[in-house]
Amino acid sequence: MEISNIWYFLSALTLLSALMVILSKNPIHSVLYLVFTFFCISAHYVLLNAQFLMAVNIIVYAGAIMVLFLFVIMMFDLKKNIPESKSSLTKLAGSVVAGTLLVILIAIIRKNNIPGPVLEKFNSQTGMVENLGQVLYGEFLLPFELVSILFFVAMVGAVLLGKREAGERNF
Amino acid sequence: MELINTVFIAKAIIVGIVFAITLGVAAYSTYFERKIAAFMQDRIGPDRAGPFGILQPLADAVKMFMKEDFIPANSNKWLFIAGPCLSMLTALMTSAVVPFGDTVTIGGATFDLQGIDVNIGILWVFGIVSLGVYGIMIGGWASNNKFALLGAIRAASQNISYELAMGMAIITILMITGSLSTKEIVEVQQNGHWNIFYQPLGFIIFIICAFAECNRTPFDLPECETELIGGYHTEYSSMKLGFYLFAEYINMFISGAVMATLYFGGYDYPGIDFVTQQFGSNVASFVGVGALIGKSLGFVFVFMWVRWTIPRFRYDQLMNLGWTGLIPLAMYNVVVTGFGILVGKPFMVSIAGLVLLIAALFVYDQLLVKKKIA
Repeated sequence: MEISNIWYFLSALTLLSALMVILSKNPIHSVLYLVFTFFCISAHYVLLNAQFLMAVNIIVYAGAIMVLFLFVIMMFDLKKNIPESKSSLTKLAGSVVAGTLLVILIAIIRKNNIPGPVLEKFNSQTGMVENLGQVLYGEFLLPFELVSILFFVAMVGAVLLGKREAGERNF
Repeated sequence: MELINTVFIAKAIIVGIVFAITLGVAAYSTYFERKIAAFMQDRIGPDRAGPFGILQPLADAVKMFMKEDFIPANSNKWLFIAGPCLSMLTALMTSAVVPFGDTVTIGGATFDLQGIDVNIGILWVFGIVSLGVYGIMIGGWASNNKFALLGAIRAASQNISYELAMGMAIITILMITGSLSTKEIVEVQQNGHWNIFYQPLGFIIFIICAFAECNRTPFDLPECETELIGGYHTEYSSMKLGFYLFAEYINMFISGAVMATLYFGGYDYPGIDFVTQQFGSNVASFVGVGALIGKSLGFVFVFMWVRWTIPRFRYDQLMNLGWTGLIPLAMYNVVVTGFGILVGKPFMVSIAGLVLLIAALFVYDQLLVKKKIA
């Protein structure tokens, strides 16, 4: 089988499941379709020979974040908390705006002729763990460390928000 | 094209054999669980089906299939069915990267006795383990039963909490080996240089987390009968319940195989050179497969031994142990291992770190913790 056929199939599957996220009525179904979308994106990473990104994508998004999403949604009483359907005028306005944005984006990409990857410079091993680590800890050390500080601050903030202190003074 | 076909067929055969072994071991684990429980409680255990009751798993399977397959009226039907399927799927996927043996040469072609040797092997295991919670959560929610939902939520929070400590225990292995590939992790440990000697603390953390991830006693709070009736599988019957229970036994066997791979040298065994000289490398490889499976079965026995020995934790104790006990310990272990690599004596430093930790805990206990006066 041609590899491009696999790519077309995967992309169609990704788009379909991403559409189902916003079209399905049940929020739990939406979350599960979103998990499936993440799996499809991970499969795209495999096609790009970026196995590390694929594993991390599954661990972080499908394994941790989406579980917490499910967690929160399962706590709702779904029969009470179904959001009211918007009026048809709102729906129409939303579709027009989204369609315009799509047209603009496609026009930008077509006008600018973004150059594709140069085949001679292409290295199939770029996505491997060793090379990724070399790049992250060598060339991009400072941004990497700054991102980790950002994450650390976010973690401290989450703990602070989650922890209720005794007495009046709460954040 | 011809080569791809041979490789594909060989891999298919290996995957099929691994699949069969896993399912067979899981089926007989149910029998041995009951036998070991009986032994520990001074009973006889199952002895009716066949000699010593060895046909008991078959009888259980027939019973499971014959029972009424009931789907609760207000449940979400498709997700109710998807729950146990997902549990089985994630339980079986992990074994793909476990190296079951060294290479075997048949007719001039060399085959790895492993599903796939990817250079992210251990991350694959970690990813699939983190997905294992979906089966339980979906099943628990789709049952439309408060107790099932509570059990599912417990399982999810427990798995997420213990994944962190587990990941940190794995990091120390990666620091020693310098590779994510399970095959390389095993090859570094050949000839008795097992990681358990370099990482005793890491192994203790890992096995505790493995107990929690498999929902085994003393961490089987998701199915705590006294509080939750039956936990996440309260509403399940027939083979759907069977799948949930079966997935637990598969998880036990596979986590045993992963622990053997990471800490006990994988398919390494004493006297491997002697066997290679006497009978050739193929025989040595197959004995290695036996060694790995034997080690995994040993871990399965430890799982059962603990189950019938130690009572269940309370839920706050479970969370306390995970967040304030294991995660700081795992961080300490990472620092000690890093120091050991820096100094160049990983073995000495890891033992010294463990001794120092025990001494510090002892001193802390003597000096600071207020003694209860009787």
